[in-house]
Amino acid sequence: MRKVNLTKMKTGEKGIIAHIDGGTVLEKRLAVMGVRMEKTITKLSSFVMKGPVAIKSGRTVIALGHGMAAKIWINLSEK
Amino acid sequence: MKKIALIGNPNVGKSVLFSRLTGVRVVVSNYPGTTVEFLEGKMAVGNDFVEVIDVPGTYSLEPSVPAEEVAIKMLEDADMIINVLDATNLERNLYLTMELLETNHPMIIALNMQDELKHNGITINDQELEKLLKVKVIPTSGVTGLGIRELKQALGQATSGNVKSRTHQQRWEHIGIIIDSVQQLTHRHHTFWEILEDASVNHWWGTVIAMGVIFVCFKIVRFIGEGLINHVMAPLFNSVYQPLLGQLSAKLGGNGFLHNILIGKLFEGQIDFQQSMGLLTTAPYVELVMVLPYVFSFYLLLSFLEDSGYIPRLALLLDNIMHRLGLHGFAIIPVLLGFGCNVPGIMATRVLESKRERFIASTLISIGVPCAALQAMIVGILGGYGGKYVLFVYAVLFIVWLFIGTAMNYFLKGYSPELFIEIPSYRLPSARLLRQKIVLRIRGFLIEAMPVVLASVLVINLLQQIKLFEFVSGLFGPLLSFVFGLPKEAVWVLIIGLLRKDIAAGMLIPLGLSLKQLVIACIVLCISFPCIATFAIFLKELGLKRLSQAAMIMLGITVLVGGSLNFVLH
Repeated sequence: MRKVNLTKMKTGEKGIIAHIDGGTVLEKRLAVMGVRMEKTITKLSSFVMKGPVAIKSGRTVIALGHGMAAKIWINLSEK
Repeated sequence: MKKIALIGNPNVGKSVLFSRLTGVRVVVSNYPGTTVEFLEGKMAVGNDFVEVIDVPGTYSLEPSVPAEEVAIKMLEDADMIINVLDATNLERNLYLTMELLETNHPMIIALNMQDELKHNGITINDQELEKLLKVKVIPTSGVTGLGIRELKQALGQATSGNVKSRTHQQRWEHIGIIIDSVQQLTHRHHTFWEILEDASVNHWWGTVIAMGVIFVCFKIVRFIGEGLINHVMAPLFNSVYQPLLGQLSAKLGGNGFLHNILIGKLFEGQIDFQQSMGLLTTAPYVELVMVLPYVFSFYLLLSFLEDSGYIPRLALLLDNIMHRLGLHGFAIIPVLLGFGCNVPGIMATRVLESKRERFIASTLISIGVPCAALQAMIVGILGGYGGKYVLFVYAVLFIVWLFIGTAMNYFLKGYSPELFIEIPSYRLPSARLLRQKIVLRIRGFLIEAMPVVLASVLVINLLQQIKLFEFVSGLFGPLLSFVFGLPKEAVWVLIIGLLRKDIAAGMLIPLGLSLKQLVIACIVLCISFPCIATFAIFLKELGLKRLSQAAMIMLGITVLVGGSLNFVLH
């Protein structure tokens, strides 16, 4: 299983959230929007020049900045 | 009177429920953060009245934006809570419920958005949920009206959950247990809408779709606006209203004090709606014929886009550009609202996290975002010479906008937080809610605009009668001619522009300006000081210090841009 941060994931790839850097504040903020440890997510898009990233978890779609995305680590699902 | 607060995550339909419970009409949209202020209404329960408060949405009781702080403050005053949940997103919504239960307020739960459950393949056992949470759970749908009566009847059965304070981790564990026993998901294939939802946030497809959406919206706003002007309002004024005014004009003897005030000047013995400048002629003509059709068509499209759920996708796509200006993509919502009217635009900056962002966004809205009324006048005045002149004005505004944003981002201390938003599912806008929202906005526009426009025309006419008009033009006129190349009478256009932009732009028409002067005057009207209502909301939201700083920027940029255009254009 390969572990990458969200910015390094390819569009369309799926994975499970392994851990979140950056302390409990970010972790809590993400959690209340449905992005939590052990959740399966799909990456929907990412934008050039350190632009935002969009992910989908269940029916929830969330857009987050590049810096935040770099702190979220994903265990990629096997194809 | 007892206070009941409607509390829940953003975009779960609290305002629709509020409207259903109290009959108070409110603006609702399909994006998180439509409600940035609390709203109050009364509801009859038996022979009694209770006060219902619609609170801005919050994900948890630890606030991260000003609008969420409002929510938490309101909670302290509430005697009872209706916790509104989005049933299609139960797990995440329950986190706030856990926190609310720990506050030990008496509460009931409205399990909202029932109408969306079936096609999402979700079943929820609400009786089991009620048993586990130990508070009353009522399935509701604000859009269809399902469960509203039951919700009212259940108010007496509100109980406090009697829950001890738990840690973050314990709350999630408890939620996990609840979800496992109450929620069932059935697998289903991706629908057309879901494919479109995913495509519209994709970096390639999303950009193509966004350009298409913006282009089509412009075309439709133009088509409906022009259509209403040319086929409804103008014919109505010319063939019904004008003959009536003609009779009045004749009765008043075609001249004199009262005639000048009510009808204004005659041109070859005829009323000219665009130039007469009377209280009954130009004032209603500008507002109702030139401006109202565009305000209507703009709000029709904006409201549709808001309710569909498309706008947060635009926020994602524009995030990169907005970051250069010290903002993030979500700031597009205040900006879009600002294109209707700057006042709600500046109010909506409350969805932004930091004071720095709010200052940048509010300044940019005041300077570079002309309201629908002013835009209608610019199209009305310059459109006749060709679309490229209108386009030129927009291009200059856009460059000014980028320039000021970049400069403010560079010079202001602090940093801007990153984009972090939930992107809602698409929803087919409800015709009832759409109509309600447009009626609210149009009525708001007329109530605010008409008195100011009438007063402006009255004051200008009176000043002309007592010769103060020429005195002031003579005093400041030479400076205006030197910097902007505008005639001295244009001083009054700028002064009235402080009250309202549309009638100020209307005052340009009788001045007989050249095309170059018209273009400069329109741009100066946009980027110089905003109208007084915008000033007032800026002061209220950001304070005197920030307002003075913004005013200095406005003054500087107006002289710089207006002066250079005067020098460069031929």
